[in-house]
Amino acid sequence: MDGDVSNADTTPPDSDPARKRRVHGMLKLYYGLNEEGKTVDQAESLDPCDINGPHFDPEVYLNKLRRECSLGELMDQESCMVKQIRSLDSDMQTLVYENYNKFISATDTIRKMKNDFKKMEDEMDCLTTNMAAITVFSARISGTLQDQHAQITKLSGVHTLLRKLQFLFELPARLNKCLELQAYAQAVTSHRRARCVLQQYSHMPSFRGIQDDCHAIMDKLAQELRQKFRDGGSSAKDLSECVELLLQLDEPAEELCDKFLTHARSRLEADLLGLEAELRPVSRTDILEFIDRGCNEFVSSLCLVIASYQELFMAVGKLHAFVDSLAARYFSLVERRIQEEKSVGDNSLLVRALDRFHRRLQAVAKLLPGSAVPSQGTEIVVRAARERVKQYLAALQSFYLDSLTDVRQALAAPRLGGSSAGGGLPELLSSLSASILNQIKTVLASVHLFTAKDITFSNKPYFKGEFCSQGVRESLVVNFIKFVCQSSRQFCESAVDRGGSTPPALLLLLSRLCLDYETSTISYILTLTDEQFLVQHHSPVTAVTALCGEAREAAQKLLNHYVKVQGLIISQMLRKSVETRDWVNTIEPRNVRAVMKRVVEDTTSIDVQVGLLYEEGVRKAHSSDSSKRTFSVYSSSRQQSRYTPSYTPSAPMDTNLMSNIHKLFSERIDIFSPVEFNKVSVLTGIIKISLKTFLECVRLRTFGRYGLQQIQVDCHYLQMYLWRFVSDENLVHFLLDEIVGSTAHRCLDPAPMEQSVIEVICERG
Amino acid sequence: MEDDAPVIYGLEFQARALTSQTAESDAIRFLVGTQSLKFDNQIHIIDFDDENNIISKSVLQHEAGEIWHISASPADKAVLTTCYNITSESRVVTSSAVWRMPPEWESGSHESPDDPHNSHNPQSLDLLCHLDNSAHGNASCVLWEPMGDGKRVISLADNHALLWDLTESSTQATISSSATLEGKGQLKFTSGKWSPHHNCTQLATANDTAIRGWDLRTMKQIYCIENAHGQLVRDLDFNPNKQYYLASCGDDCKVKFWDVRNISEPVKTLEEHSHWWVSVAHLRDTHTHTYTHTVTSKINGNLDNDNQKHGCLR
Repeated sequence: MDGDVSNADTTPPDSDPARKRRVHGMLKLYYGLNEEGKTVDQAESLDPCDINGPHFDPEVYLNKLRRECSLGELMDQESCMVKQIRSLDSDMQTLVYENYNKFISATDTIRKMKNDFKKMEDEMDCLTTNMAAITVFSARISGTLQDQHAQITKLSGVHTLLRKLQFLFELPARLNKCLELQAYAQAVTSHRRARCVLQQYSHMPSFRGIQDDCHAIMDKLAQELRQKFRDGGSSAKDLSECVELLLQLDEPAEELCDKFLTHARSRLEADLLGLEAELRPVSRTDILEFIDRGCNEFVSSLCLVIASYQELFMAVGKLHAFVDSLAARYFSLVERRIQEEKSVGDNSLLVRALDRFHRRLQAVAKLLPGSAVPSQGTEIVVRAARERVKQYLAALQSFYLDSLTDVRQALAAPRLGGSSAGGGLPELLSSLSASILNQIKTVLASVHLFTAKDITFSNKPYFKGEFCSQGVRESLVVNFIKFVCQSSRQFCESAVDRGGSTPPALLLLLSRLCLDYETSTISYILTLTDEQFLVQHHSPVTAVTALCGEAREAAQKLLNHYVKVQGLIISQMLRKSVETRDWVNTIEPRNVRAVMKRVVEDTTSIDVQVGLLYEEGVRKAHSSDSSKRTFSVYSSSRQQSRYTPSYTPSAPMDTNLMSNIHKLFSERIDIFSPVEFNKVSVLTGIIKISLKTFLECVRLRTFGRYGLQQIQVDCHYLQMYLWRFVSDENLVHFLLDEIVGSTAHRCLDPAPMEQSVIEVICERG
Repeated sequence: MEDDAPVIYGLEFQARALTSQTAESDAIRFLVGTQSLKFDNQIHIIDFDDENNIISKSVLQHEAGEIWHISASPADKAVLTTCYNITSESRVVTSSAVWRMPPEWESGSHESPDDPHNSHNPQSLDLLCHLDNSAHGNASCVLWEPMGDGKRVISLADNHALLWDLTESSTQATISSSATLEGKGQLKFTSGKWSPHHNCTQLATANDTAIRGWDLRTMKQIYCIENAHGQLVRDLDFNPNKQYYLASCGDDCKVKFWDVRNISEPVKTLEEHSHWWVSVAHLRDTHTHTYTHTVTSKINGNLDNDNQKHGCLR
């Protein structure tokens, strides 16, 4: 190696620039610099005069210099050149020296490496031998352990198998134990695990034995489960567990499903029977308790059944029919119970019960969508509400009738106490009216509970619409008002013929009540109702005006009837007084007959009575001295001249006949005509009826001279006192004239009494 | 009939008694009895010609007194009964009698209502017999046996109902049986009707507000409708076609129809009239205005005002 290095050393000092350049180029090449330097080389090479270029030609260069340069320049060139040569020489010397040093150190390093490698080679040899030994040993150990490893693997497999087998062999015992402990779920899980294995190896006698044992036990277990299932003592949760286990035991689902439902039915029916027992009057519970019990027992069991059924059988096929039939029975029980709820005192209990009933049914709706049960439940609530409204109507009606009875008693009582007839009428009227209004308000408040916000069914369309309009407004309020009018009218129809049991004061009072209803109360009540219930009139409802019309009609009828009754009472007195007397053989009149005084007294008290409730009314202007009016016995005959008969009489004319014919055409007094709502009109009606009876009775009798005179006296007396009561005093005059005229006509010896004498008698009486 | 104007016939006296003559089958004939205390009373015989809508009349004198009730024999068209007042100096007595019309009235002259001369000299009725009831008080009405042979009549006098047998010529009357209404107070029959049903064995009477039924064979009361009307019952009548139905009217302005088998409630009540005494199938005088209401169909409750057909008498 040293020889190589010396060779290398000799080369660098070579002064041949080409060679040097070549070496330089090779280095350049080695370092990948040739690309850069090449262009320079190329550029340099083109000029042979370039002293640094590769194609430098000293001859050309010298020639060029000699040709181009002056001597001075040449001198300068020459000295420059010398200087350059010198510096180059020194550079070269430095480089060579450096190279040499480096060679020395490299040679040293190589020598050292040579020694180290030798040592390493020895160690490697040693390692190789050792490895060979190890390999030999390892091979030997593997050889010995091979057998044992196989054995262990085998043994471990056997162990697992044995454990499985043990499980299998213990299975019957374990199952039995489970059976004993009633841990059915564990038994079923165990059996399921072993089942397929046993099935697989069933051709082996021992496994077959186990399988048979297991089958037997599992059959027993299934039996027990079914038994438990059938016994029915277990809760719904147990039941569903049972069914789940049986399902795992491959019991047919259809059958199980039926059985499950049958069983559930029996349990639910037991609940229903319990509920039914509550219905018996012996074990009376209030409706809230009843519904509570129904909800807690029946409805929650039903929900549980629905839930477990859906969980177990993943179907709802038979469930709907099942739920529907049971719910129908439940509903019938609830309805029976609701129907028994007749007392109208506290509505809130019923409403709360219905609310709970309705609320609990929503659970069914959630569990079993599409079931008809909730809507049926709502219908029951609706029916109950309707029924309730009817009951309230009946209660209101009976309250009204009771109030009337009270009023009757109150009317009868003061008379016994001796105070004036019908005293306190206004107080009675106002208390009656107020108590009815109060009762209506109470009932409205009670019914309002049905539409309270916190009640679940209040947002159903029925309770929002129909219940308010048709239910409360029409069938409760409107019907009640109609009932009031109707029952008032009934007083006019039946009572009077059968002994006249209705006291006239009551007729008067009711008439005023109906009139008040017409003017204000009806519209007040209806407005109140509409406001409370926010009635939206989807369907046509009875208008306020129609009701008012009805009330007014009733008031009119009652007042007419009052007039008739009072008129007939007075008529009766007059008729008896005329019929029972022998008018031919009566003595000369000295006094006004007592019955006439009585008539005036009664009329006065009627006037007071009517005045308590009705306004005075309008009357025609009085003549200045009505009581002093003279009336002639033959007053009507004065009119005769105005009437020209249109036919020829066949007998001597009776003047009275002519006057009567005239009256027929001229002035028709409608005796039983309707009266107006004021005192004067009422009194006029009564007096008209009375005097008309008087007239008719007189016409059926025959009078002697003094009979006629007595009638004259009586009529004058009536004249004195009655004119003030009527709207048109001429009416009284006319009727009394007529009476006296008719008496004269029926008189055998018509010799009238002197007017002055009549006046004296009357004033004395 | 609806198109015809009402026929009006005027009397110069007041009249309260009217009857139709059922024995006369050829003509529609009414008998009217007048009431006058001062002049001789008359019986007007009015024939109505419904084809020409005109009437013709005859007048007979009834000198005994003012006529309160009149009824015609169903068998003999010349025989009639009246209840009349006799007024003497101090007493007024109502009695009843059977009369025969003179045979000449019909053949003699049919006067037109416009002929005044004959009226001045009318013929008188022939008295057949008195239904002598002085022992029994004042007669209010006399009833012929409906559709009978004209031999039996009932008179109602005060509180007695008397059944009379007449001889062949109606010249003699004897009481065959009687019934008396007992009770407190002065009871008095106001009117009555002999039922055409049940072989004419029933009578209905009215007193005050009650209606009573009588069996003529035993003369015992068979039913009593207390308080049939609120006020006095003025008249009643049987439905000729329905044997148990009875109509009544009274001072309370009502007409009621009764089924006598069930007397607790009337079958129907009419209150259309706002006037006094409506007479049922009868005649009633109010205001000297005589209505004839013939109830043609009681069941329908329709009052058929027969004025137009039979003449309205004033």
